[in-house]
Amino acid sequence: MLKFLIKGVFRDRSRFLFPIIIVSAGVMLIVFGLGFMNGYIESMIRENAKFDTGHVKIMTKAYSELSNLKPYDLGMLDIQADFQRWRKEYPGLDWVQRINFGGIVDIADSTGNSLAQGQVAGFAVDLLHGKLERDFLHLDKALIKGRIPSQSGEVLLSDRAFKELNISLNDSITLMSSTVYGSMAMASFRVVGTVSFGVEALDKGGLIADMTDIQRFLDMEGGCSEILGLYKNGIYNDKQARELARGFNTKYSGKDEFSPVMLAMSEQGNMGYTLRLMRSAFGYIVAIFILIMGIVLWNSGLMNGIRRYGEIGVRLAIGEEKRHIYTSLLLEALAVGVVGSALGCLIGLGFSYYLSLHGLDMSYYTRNTSILTENVIYPYTTLKTILYGIAPGILSTLLGSSLAGIAVFRRQTSQLFKELET
Amino acid sequence: MKRILPLLLLSLCLSLAAKYPDVSGILKAVDANMTSSTSKSSTRMVIKTKRATRTVSSTNYSKGKNSFYTEYTAPPRDKGTKMLKLGSNLWIYDPASDRTVQISGNLLKQSVMGSDLSYEDFMEQNSLLENYTAVIEGEATYDKRDCWNILLTSKKPNVTYHKLRIYVDQERNVPLYELWYAKSGKLLKTVRSSNVARVGNRWYPRYVLFKDELKQGNGTEYYVDSIQFDLTIPESTFSKSKLKK
Repeated sequence: MLKFLIKGVFRDRSRFLFPIIIVSAGVMLIVFGLGFMNGYIESMIRENAKFDTGHVKIMTKAYSELSNLKPYDLGMLDIQADFQRWRKEYPGLDWVQRINFGGIVDIADSTGNSLAQGQVAGFAVDLLHGKLERDFLHLDKALIKGRIPSQSGEVLLSDRAFKELNISLNDSITLMSSTVYGSMAMASFRVVGTVSFGVEALDKGGLIADMTDIQRFLDMEGGCSEILGLYKNGIYNDKQARELARGFNTKYSGKDEFSPVMLAMSEQGNMGYTLRLMRSAFGYIVAIFILIMGIVLWNSGLMNGIRRYGEIGVRLAIGEEKRHIYTSLLLEALAVGVVGSALGCLIGLGFSYYLSLHGLDMSYYTRNTSILTENVIYPYTTLKTILYGIAPGILSTLLGSSLAGIAVFRRQTSQLFKELET
Repeated sequence: MKRILPLLLLSLCLSLAAKYPDVSGILKAVDANMTSSTSKSSTRMVIKTKRATRTVSSTNYSKGKNSFYTEYTAPPRDKGTKMLKLGSNLWIYDPASDRTVQISGNLLKQSVMGSDLSYEDFMEQNSLLENYTAVIEGEATYDKRDCWNILLTSKKPNVTYHKLRIYVDQERNVPLYELWYAKSGKLLKTVRSSNVARVGNRWYPRYVLFKDELKQGNGTEYYVDSIQFDLTIPESTFSKSKLKK
């Protein structure tokens, strides 16, 4: 029966060509689009994890409540022993310490008077021991001028701030801020390089300094504001991260507002919301796709019904049941859906494969956003994205045919011969 | 009746006006207490944060409305830090980095030593009468003292605190409670003064609690341990060269 139907469909070009084109085009778009979106989300997760959230992050409870403001005065003090213990206890993750702080950079003239000033977003990372942070922050790639700091007292400045302050490499700058206790903090540093990350938030006025220098500067020696943990395989698994955080909090978190608390990436303020929003967008895209394609294919089915009005009439006249005809129409749609989806899926995968080799440079479009993503996005296609593409391809053809096929039940047997005569 | 009504209203207004003394007279008396040709004081700021309570001590000199010099004497980290205000300019000297930095623009809104006071607050040491239009809105009791409730509205558009509401001690002419508002009407700071004592021929509060209403915390306590008015201060005290000495 199925073989007979399939032969019937594919021997009549007008029955399959248009629906297959529609379905395969739609499935291709959805497989490629979702793969690209997946790649974008993965890039966002990767970059945010490295720059801001980690896959998990340890903070004090007080800090975590205001973490969007980065209140380093509520950070962790004298944490080195605990830090070493956590590194040993959770060896599956790379652990790094960070301090984010705000400050003013003051440039002095030859007489020591203020020549220029600018606000900076300070970022303290371990620059002098190992290459972990250099890799996480792509510092070598982001370096525009000069070199990476190799000794205490050296900093990197965002290329834009460097130009705006009109300074030269190796110039001395005075950094002003407040210590963790609120005292005025003022120290001189030497600018040895400039960086540009392609991310507005960092490029506007970022200053990257070594952790030890900033600990001393902010009077928080042995402390930091955040400890980021990233899975060594680089892949974020939300369930695993949440479980890890739960275990940590049970063991180490107490009632004291300065006790440590671990949060998984999806539990951290805006990032959690963004992730949920972007993932639910997958569902919305698929639903909208099914609806639109369903309407197009319904229309195609109706046209097909008009074209096959006589054929269905004859089949009813010779005694074929309406339900049987309806089922055969659905089976034909299923065949068209499967073939169209497979074709669309293959084309979509082809595009995805091409871009996964060459990437798509999105820097022009993301230059003014505060979202942390890589400039070149590579599609990331998984079995899930393929199924998300194939399923609506088949479902929409079935939906279209099931709506158009209802017309079969409206045919009156008593009117058939009269209709066929005309 | 038509002729009587305006007369009644006029007499009502006059009786209300007569109820309160001349506001400019009160503000003159306040300025006489709170401002001076020169002053020297030793003060302590007790700053309470979630993490710790810190006491910052300083010796301060002022001359007129435009010259102000402060040298911090404690805690050790802040010792030797100096601040100089000359007219509309403010400089800070940091002994650790041996740098003098001019504070301007947005930096003026930053907190001084983590307190509830901003650099801008230090900059605005002007007479109330010169900068604000005042209206007495009634009487109130604050800290068991009878006070005038005075609303002051800035005469200039670009001031930090567009409106002030102050409760002035009726007997001593010292503001005991102040509310400082932004142009939008948002309450920015409250100031509570107490321990009002005689200093020479004037009344002066020896304890002030500043509270930045936009910040968490219990505010900054300001103790005036000693203060002298109208003394001779060398001109060199208010010069930039003094900062690096």
